Amino acid sequence: MTDYKSSELLRFTTAGSVDDGKSTLIGRLLYDSKSIYQDQYDQIKKTSERMGEAEINLALLTDGLKSEREQGITIDVAYRYFSTPKRKFIIADTPGHTQYTRNMVTGASTANVALILIDARQGVVEQTRRHAIIASLLQIPHLVCCINKMDLVDFSEEKYNAIQEEFESFAAKLDVKDVHFIPISALLGDNVVNRSKNTPWYEGPTLIYYLENVHIASDHNFIDVRFPVQYVVRPYSDEFHDYRGYAGRVAGGVLKKGDKVMLLPTGFTTTISQIDGPDGQQEEAFPPQSVTVQLADDLDLSRGDMIVRENNKPDVSQDFDLMVCWFSSDAPLKENGKYTIMHTSQEARCVVKKLRYKLDINTLHRDEESKDIKMNDIARIQVRTTKPLFTDPYRTNRITGSVILIEEGTNNTVAAGMII
Amino acid sequence: MNYSINHLKELESESIFVMREVAAQFENPVLMFSGGKDSILMVHLAYKAFYPARIPFTLLHIDTGHNFDETIQYRDDLVKRMNAKLIVGSVQDAIDNGLVREEKGFNASRNGLQTAVLLDELEKGKFDAALGGARRDEEKARAKERFFSHRDEFGQWDPKNQRPELWNLFNSKHFMGEHFRVFPISNWTELDVWQYLAMEEVPLPSLYFAHERKVFERDGTLLADSEHISKKPTEEVFTEMVRCRTIGDVTCTGVWRSDAQDVKAIIEEIATTRMTERGGRTDDKRSETSMEDRKKKGYF
Repeated sequence: MTDYKSSELLRFTTAGSVDDGKSTLIGRLLYDSKSIYQDQYDQIKKTSERMGEAEINLALLTDGLKSEREQGITIDVAYRYFSTPKRKFIIADTPGHTQYTRNMVTGASTANVALILIDARQGVVEQTRRHAIIASLLQIPHLVCCINKMDLVDFSEEKYNAIQEEFESFAAKLDVKDVHFIPISALLGDNVVNRSKNTPWYEGPTLIYYLENVHIASDHNFIDVRFPVQYVVRPYSDEFHDYRGYAGRVAGGVLKKGDKVMLLPTGFTTTISQIDGPDGQQEEAFPPQSVTVQLADDLDLSRGDMIVRENNKPDVSQDFDLMVCWFSSDAPLKENGKYTIMHTSQEARCVVKKLRYKLDINTLHRDEESKDIKMNDIARIQVRTTKPLFTDPYRTNRITGSVILIEEGTNNTVAAGMII
Repeated sequence: MNYSINHLKELESESIFVMREVAAQFENPVLMFSGGKDSILMVHLAYKAFYPARIPFTLLHIDTGHNFDETIQYRDDLVKRMNAKLIVGSVQDAIDNGLVREEKGFNASRNGLQTAVLLDELEKGKFDAALGGARRDEEKARAKERFFSHRDEFGQWDPKNQRPELWNLFNSKHFMGEHFRVFPISNWTELDVWQYLAMEEVPLPSLYFAHERKVFERDGTLLADSEHISKKPTEEVFTEMVRCRTIGDVTCTGVWRSDAQDVKAIIEEIATTRMTERGGRTDDKRSETSMEDRKKKGYF
C-alpha cells in the first residue's frame, strides 16, 4: 500500500494503437499493481465472450462508452489510476489514430511523462514520429520509448540498438530533453514490472522502476514568480471584517511572506503580508499549491491580474505568436477570424492576424502555402488580443505559456495554443 | 530546498483550484450533496477553498425519501456547522405531483427518479453550475467525464461531443438554459478519498463503519432490511457485521461484510479488496451501460 504521506503524483500519457500492445501494457501495469478489481475483470470477461473474442480484451477496461465498445476503437481520452508504494499514477490513455491528434494533445497537456510504444518488428514508423512530435510540442518533460514485442524478435540486442539509433537521429530535430529506452514485452511482462532474464544485455531500469523514480520535482518552474489572481476572498463577516485575500494557484516561482512584489497590469508594488494555505498560514508557496495571498496595501487587484516580482516580469503584450492544434471539425481556422482567448485566469478576445505555416506532423515540414487548417492540424499563427496578457514562452512555463481559443458562435473550444 | 508536495496535497490543490474557477466563472453555482463520503469531501474542500469566507455554493440534496436515517442527521449537522444554505428536492413530492412515476416490483428503486427531480430543481433555482463529487475511477462512463461538463437545455450529456480540456483552462461558456456539471475530485480514487479524510480527521457518518445490521441477500449483494424494500418470501433476514462503501438510496446500496471500525481499518480493507466500491450498487448492474445511459439524461 502507498505510504500516502510521502508519495508523489505522476501523470503520464500513453499513445499508440491496439496493435502496438498499448492496451496490453496498460492492462499489465494495472493488473500487476493489483488495480483491476474482480468485478471489473468479470465484466470485461463477460463482454469479451459475448463479442466472440478468444481472450480477454483488456482494451475494454479503458473503452468506457457504448459507441467505443461497439466500434472497438477509443474515441476519447480515458483516465486510469493506479499506485505503487512510491507513487500514485494517472494515465491519460489516448487513441493513436491520425484523426485523434486532438486527444493526444489534450492528454499531453498535463503529463510529466510520455510513453511511446514502438513495435520491435516495425521500428520507428509514422505514428511513432507523430507521437514524439506532439510530446515535444507540448513539452512533456520526460519521454520513454517502450520497444515492445521484444519476444517476437528473439530479444535481439541489435534490433533494439537499431531502433534506438533510428529514434535518436530523428529526435535530434525535436525539442526533447530527456529520452529513455526500455526493451519490453507487455504480453509476457518482460521489463514491465519484473526484470527480464531474456535481456541480459540491457542494464537500465524496468518500466515501473523508471516511473517510480524519474525526477519530477523540477518539472515546475520554481524560478519566475507568477501568481495569477483567480478569485478575491472577502468574508464580509464581523470576525474578518477587513480581510481581503487573493486566491490562486502558484504558476511559477516561490512566494514568501514579506516578499516585495509587483502587481500587473497596474505596476503597483507592495509586500506579501500573509499566505493562507489549505492547512492555515504558511511561510511560502510554490507550484502547484493553491493558496490565498494577503498584501500589505489596499490596491486594485482582481481576477485576471497577476502578482510577480519587479525585476522578473512576464511579457506584457497584445501581440504574440502561437503554435496551435486545431480542434474543430465544423469550422477551419480563419485568418482574420475572431475568437475568445483564455489564458491563466484572464479572458480576452483575439483576432488571427496571420497564418504563418502549417506543420506536417509526420515530417516536421513547414508548409507556408497552405491556408487550410482543419481538425487535428498544427499551425503557427500570429494573434492580437483586445487587452495585454501576461505571458511567458511555453518552453519556460507551461501554465503562463498556454491558451485556448473559443469559437464565439458555438462556445466550443476550437484550439489549444502554445506561446512561442 | 525541497519544493514538492505529496499526492493528496496535489489533488487537494487541484480540487480547490477547480472550485474557485466555478465561483469565479459562474453566476449561480450549486453543490450537489448526497450525504456520501465524496460529497462530504467536497464540502470540506470548498470550506478550505474559500476560508475565511463562507462557501459560495448552495447545497442541494435530492431526497429519495428512502434514506438511511443517519444520512439526514449527518447532513443537517454539517449544514449547521458550515453555516450553509440547503435546498432539498423531494422525490416523494415529485411522485405526489405526478412529475415522475414510482417503479414497481421487487427491484423498484427511486434512483432513476432522482434525475427528473434534480433537473427540475436546477431549473427552478436557475443554477448554471452543479458541482458533483463523481470520480473517474468509479465507473467506466465516468472515466470519460470532464472537470467542466457541458449539459444542453434538457440537461443531457453528449459524451461523443465533449469539449477538449487542456492544462488548467476551463471553458464555462454556455447559452441560456444550458448548464455545467463540474467534478472537482475527478482525479481522486476511492483510496485517495479515505487517506485524505483520515489525514484531515474529517468526521464521517456511522454507516461507513462496521456495525450490526439486519440484512438480506439478493443477487449476491447484501441489502439492508428496510421498510422501503419489499422482500421476496425466500429472502431471509439475518444480522451481520457490515458497513457501507457507498451511501445512496437504501433500496440500491449494498452493504459489505466488514470489521473495519475506524478509518485506518477501512484504508487497509480497501487496499486489499478485490471488488470496486460500486460493485454493490444494484443501480449500476441493470445493464452494462446503465451509468452512461443515466448520465446522458442528466443523472449525477
